[in-house]
Amino acid sequence: MAGKKASVWTSISFWRRSAAWVTGLATILLIWLTFDTMAQIRMGTDQELKEGIKRRIPAPTVINYKIDYKYDEKRGLEAPVIGPEKQPLFGKELSPKEAAALLHLGKLTSQSKNCMDCHTLLGNGGYYAPDLTKAWLDPMWEQTMPAMTGKKTKEEAMVAFLMHPDKYPTHARMMPNLGITEQEAKGLVAFLKHMSSIDTNGYPRGFSKTIKEFQTGGTYAK
Amino acid sequence: MLNKTAHLSPSKQLAMNYFRVAIVLFGAQLLFGLVIGLQYLFPGFLYEVVDFSVARMIHINALVVWMLYAMIGSVYLMLPDETGIEKPVGMGLGKLAFWVLTAAVAVVVVVFLFIQVGPGKESSIWFINEGREYLEAPRWADIGIVVVVLIFYANVFFTYMKGKKTGIMTVMVANLMAVAGLYLAGMFFTDNISMDQYWWWWVIHLWVEATWEVFVGTLAAYALLRVIGAKREIVEMWLWIEVLMLFGSGILGLGHHYFWIGTPEYWWEIGALFSSLEPVPLVAMFVHVLYDWGKEQGAHEAGGKGNAITNGPTMAWVTVNAFGNFLGAGIWGFFHTLPQVNIYTHGSQFTAAHGHLAFFGAYATILVGMMYLGIQDSYGLKKLKATFKSKMALFLITFGMLGMAVALTIAGYEQVLVERAELGAGWQAFFTAQNLPWYVQAMVWREIMGVVVFLGFVYLVWDLLTIGKVEAAAEEA
Ligand code: HEC
Ligand code: HEM
Ligand code: HEM
Ligand SMILES: [Fe+2]
Repeated sequence: MAGKKASVWTSISFWRRSAAWVTGLATILLIWLTFDTMAQIRMGTDQELKEGIKRRIPAPTVINYKIDYKYDEKRGLEAPVIGPEKQPLFGKELSPKEAAALLHLGKLTSQSKNCMDCHTLLGNGGYYAPDLTKAWLDPMWEQTMPAMTGKKTKEEAMVAFLMHPDKYPTHARMMPNLGITEQEAKGLVAFLKHMSSIDTNGYPRGFSKTIKEFQTGGTYAK
Repeated sequence: MLNKTAHLSPSKQLAMNYFRVAIVLFGAQLLFGLVIGLQYLFPGFLYEVVDFSVARMIHINALVVWMLYAMIGSVYLMLPDETGIEKPVGMGLGKLAFWVLTAAVAVVVVVFLFIQVGPGKESSIWFINEGREYLEAPRWADIGIVVVVLIFYANVFFTYMKGKKTGIMTVMVANLMAVAGLYLAGMFFTDNISMDQYWWWWVIHLWVEATWEVFVGTLAAYALLRVIGAKREIVEMWLWIEVLMLFGSGILGLGHHYFWIGTPEYWWEIGALFSSLEPVPLVAMFVHVLYDWGKEQGAHEAGGKGNAITNGPTMAWVTVNAFGNFLGAGIWGFFHTLPQVNIYTHGSQFTAAHGHLAFFGAYATILVGMMYLGIQDSYGLKKLKATFKSKMALFLITFGMLGMAVALTIAGYEQVLVERAELGAGWQAFFTAQNLPWYVQAMVWREIMGVVVFLGFVYLVWDLLTIGKVEAAAEEA
């Protein structure tokens, strides 16, 4: 190209400069959006929960409340509905500190046992086992699993299942025993309940809709 | 691939070491892929011995690590050619880093395979398993990797500063910094799963859909210079255009992972718009490779000089790369990148279909091509012609991967329609879809095609081990 009066389209320095500008601009935009998103996805506070202020990711004390997942006419998708009724996990209301500690244990356990390489969390992970985003709200935990594990509540049934999934299979593809202790299982249940309260813009869509259509109340019923 | 490297420059010798480990890890990846594929069909297989999660973790980590090895190898291979310096600055440290990294990888694999999981404590994250898909390597290894990569980077950077500064090397040096820097985004713990996944995608997406793609652009540019004697000005101009388009679309294309993880709704528009543009540079790269090939071949034939290609297997793999990148990343990626589609396909076998075809098409192919360039240098060959084994390897691996992707796509359709659209993605909905006869059939075909890929891999290793000697003998005769 050198020598000849080159068109700008075949000029290396033009493309080099353009590449630098476009990359820089895209990066700056991403960083700016990241600041905005960080503010929106930080975990809420207990105070906000008490006042009914909606956060995309509520405080850990959300595990003291009843959580549902309902169609929101205005947004045209399903969104979590939190409270106002209380439904404390394991029947005991936790302080913000206790709730945070339990959630911390649950998140740590989910990583050290590597749930994510079989299950998806918020839709990301392995595709070998059901998505856990709204597992807390799954109809199977209402009657089937408590009956199978001989427990009265769904959280107790979840603890029993997580500690000994090999004892309570419902399908040929079974979850293995991962050596989860009772305390770790409780943490995991808190983690799952908390995750079900996250506003995921309507994913999964129509959650257990068909199953629920045959029942009254529940997640998809209006 | 094993001997004959004594006369090579220190940089290229080290490159061959990286390639050797890469190919071993590639084999391990395929074996563990076959294990998890089999567990879909026979869930009792290795149950509570090597569970799906353990084998899958090794499958995808071996994948990422062999690619990083082959990428580092490729850089050491091109470094002397591009900078004009045979012995990179700080070569001793560079060699040491290779052995340290390899020892660390071996320890991590042993821990993954035999310890597998830990208690719910910080120490597990530090020493056993971080439990985040692709980034499972424990924290101590993360830090080790960062140190080793810094040494590698110092080798490259100071050699670049000392030697010729070609456009290809300029892009390489700037891009490598971004590759290394992004890894840091994946090295912290948080209780907030949305925050966790927000930064997790910075590593995964900004690697494979931005920085690694630019890396492939530089490799393709280097390969075209060497293999068909393309003109440097043209290749480097294209490279800058590719950088512009790849970063222009890929950086904000990140938004297509922020539709459903708790992040705000504006990511729908941003993710949809920019990620829809991501296939454009992939088309451009495809056109560029074919156009240059045609042009150089034409010039050669017109000049009565015969075939323009000096390395058949490399050119073949680079061409499969150009097409596979466009097909696996571009087409299969675009299929599910709009939120209107993704709300149903998110986290389904459809994602797996895309993941396989994209990683194979965009990265495995060109990295294998670089290994053949390394062989050519090792034996000091003017020309490296494809053997029967090279052709079998290329055909079986490519055909098998395509077959796998088709099978997974069919499984994905079934799953999306039944589990998601019809039943709404609960626990029972999931298993209803998993047990559909057509879905199960697709999973059988995935495994059969996986075996085809493995056969191709056997040919590949066999070829890499023998092609140099065969061709050297032919050249002498
Ligand atoms: C080796 C793969 C594997 C790993 C690792 C694994 N699971 Fe599972 N999990 C399964 C399978 C398979 C099922 C379905 C069992 C059935 O239906 O019989 C399941 C079912 C479940 C269910 C019930 C499904 C639902 O939608 O509510 C929950 C909850 C669950 N797992 C939580 C976890 C948690 C938490 C972890 C991490 C501590 C984990 N799993 C790790 C394979 C796994
Ligand atoms: C022998 C051939 C192979 C078989 C049988 C195989 C099988 C599998 C299976 C069963 C999974 C788990 C998917 C799930 O969670 O359900 C998987 C994941 C994955 N494999 Fe393979 N694989 C093979 C080769 C490859 C190759 C060659 C590549 C890349 C070049 C690759 C890249 C991946 C990736 C990226 C994932 C994660 C996908 C995701 O999470 O979406 N695999 N593979
Ligand atoms: C070489 C380039 C690419 C590679 C290696 C690649 C690989 C992958 C992998 C492995 C995943 C699954 C991640 C997981 O485990 O959860 C994924 C997801 C995804 N990719 Fe790509 N990809 C590439 C390019 C693209 C492009 C160009 C597009 C869009 C045009 C795209 C769109 C997507 C989308 C939308 C998802 C999310 C899927 C879901 O919601 O489950 N990808 N990609
Ligand atoms: Fe992406």
